[in-house]
Amino acid sequence: MRIPEQVKRLAVVIAVIAGGVLLTRFFIIPRSLVSTELHRSATVERELAKPVKLAGSVVCQGCHEDEAVKKSKGYHKNLSCEGCHGPAAQHAEDPGAMKPPAPRDRKFCPVCHAYDASRPTGFPQINPTAHNPLKPCISCHNPHDPVPPRTPQACSACHGQIERTKAVSSHALLACTTCHVVPERHKTAPRTALPSKPETRDFCAKCHGKDSTRADAPKIDVSGHGNSYMCWQCHYPHLPEGRG
Amino acid sequence: MNKRDFLKGLIFFFPAGGVLSALAGAPAAKETEVQDAGPKGADAKGPGAKPYNSRDHYYGMGIEIGKCIGCSRCVEACKAENDVLRDPFFFRTWIERYVIKKEGEVTVESINVKSRASKEAVQEDADVLRTFFVPKLCNHCAHPPCVQVCPVGATFSTEDGVVLIDSNRCIGCRYCIQACPYGARYLDPRTKTADKCSFCYHRVRKGLLPACVEVCPTQARIFGDLRSKASRLVRFARMNKIHVLKPALNTEPKVYYAQMDGEVR
Repeated sequence: MRIPEQVKRLAVVIAVIAGGVLLTRFFIIPRSLVSTELHRSATVERELAKPVKLAGSVVCQGCHEDEAVKKSKGYHKNLSCEGCHGPAAQHAEDPGAMKPPAPRDRKFCPVCHAYDASRPTGFPQINPTAHNPLKPCISCHNPHDPVPPRTPQACSACHGQIERTKAVSSHALLACTTCHVVPERHKTAPRTALPSKPETRDFCAKCHGKDSTRADAPKIDVSGHGNSYMCWQCHYPHLPEGRG
Repeated sequence: MNKRDFLKGLIFFFPAGGVLSALAGAPAAKETEVQDAGPKGADAKGPGAKPYNSRDHYYGMGIEIGKCIGCSRCVEACKAENDVLRDPFFFRTWIERYVIKKEGEVTVESINVKSRASKEAVQEDADVLRTFFVPKLCNHCAHPPCVQVCPVGATFSTEDGVVLIDSNRCIGCRYCIQACPYGARYLDPRTKTADKCSFCYHRVRKGLLPACVEVCPTQARIFGDLRSKASRLVRFARMNKIHVLKPALNTEPKVYYAQMDGEVR
């Protein structure tokens, strides 16, 4: 069968168009415009080209060795220099170009150390309005080796809430050491040496038992009272009248 | 114009267009070549150093909620490092305060947004049962919903487990911002493109820690490589009971939380 002339011509035209499209798609359009892979690697390159602004503590230690050594032994040993002094990569490259600021006023330290109920228990916190008002923190505490300026003398320095509760209770006149044996080390390293707590019903019975000689304490028959419970399960020793 | 003239014109028009587009595309192609050469130079740390292979790494972050003191050093460092707008509603990372009342009411708010309520610390009064801080950031999900929905393929997961945004391709349609279940994305009004945490990819590839991890004073944030057995993150995941945000969505986040309260969303 003879193919008509017009069909042949149309076939040539279609072949040329198809060839042109393929040529354009695979050779003329640069690969960077269509390739996902290249787009992604270009994005990664752009990302990698971004300047580093925080140099990192290791870099700081290179020059400021004294501060680093001092800091490495104190409570602030895990703090990054740039957490307080701000981003300093520029300073690390050319020390003269920029001097990282050192916060010296009372506004900065409370960012971490002001009392906030949401902070974890045990994190050192103060009430900035009551704690030596108007004095800059650095006049007593060295930020590179922060320790309390002196060992606390009274239990209430840390356990204020218990102290105030006890002060309005009938146990107000008892010293903390009446019931707790406090190792000396507890004052300087509180978590490594914990004070003791009474462990037996007989301990309370020393004052509150029938046979006690103590005149001002209410007496009960310890063997018949509250059977198997410990005294402090019903009576909070720092506020014995309140029963929760 | 008859049909013959039209078809003749067509034969000349297409190659001419191709040549023009080739001329226009030449500088772009050159640019790509230069960019391609980049990583070989940047990653070789010495004559014998192995080139960076992204398949050997899989990055993640661990967050120990019980250590966060809500000081916002991470937020400040992130903004400085990544040139995030200073306005208090653009964040790559932020800290949320959870307050759980005795009657069960839970309030959550970002302490970095300067509303009147967020400035006031929680009062010690009566009916607060628990309260704590939770740092949040992009979770760099293994199955990221934001990548699925991007109509132009501008956001993608790298082989080392980081979700990045191609700001040259992003058309600013905000679809990904809607799709992210963690609210980690925002539209940068300067570039009109989406932006979010990149795990400080530029720092990590240079061997540095992300800015937020670097400055965290209590080590509440841990960064590491899940493919390396010696990484701090693997140790963190071994030593703690780990939870992720919104596990039911099957996004498989790579930000792992330890000591996470059941109320955290």
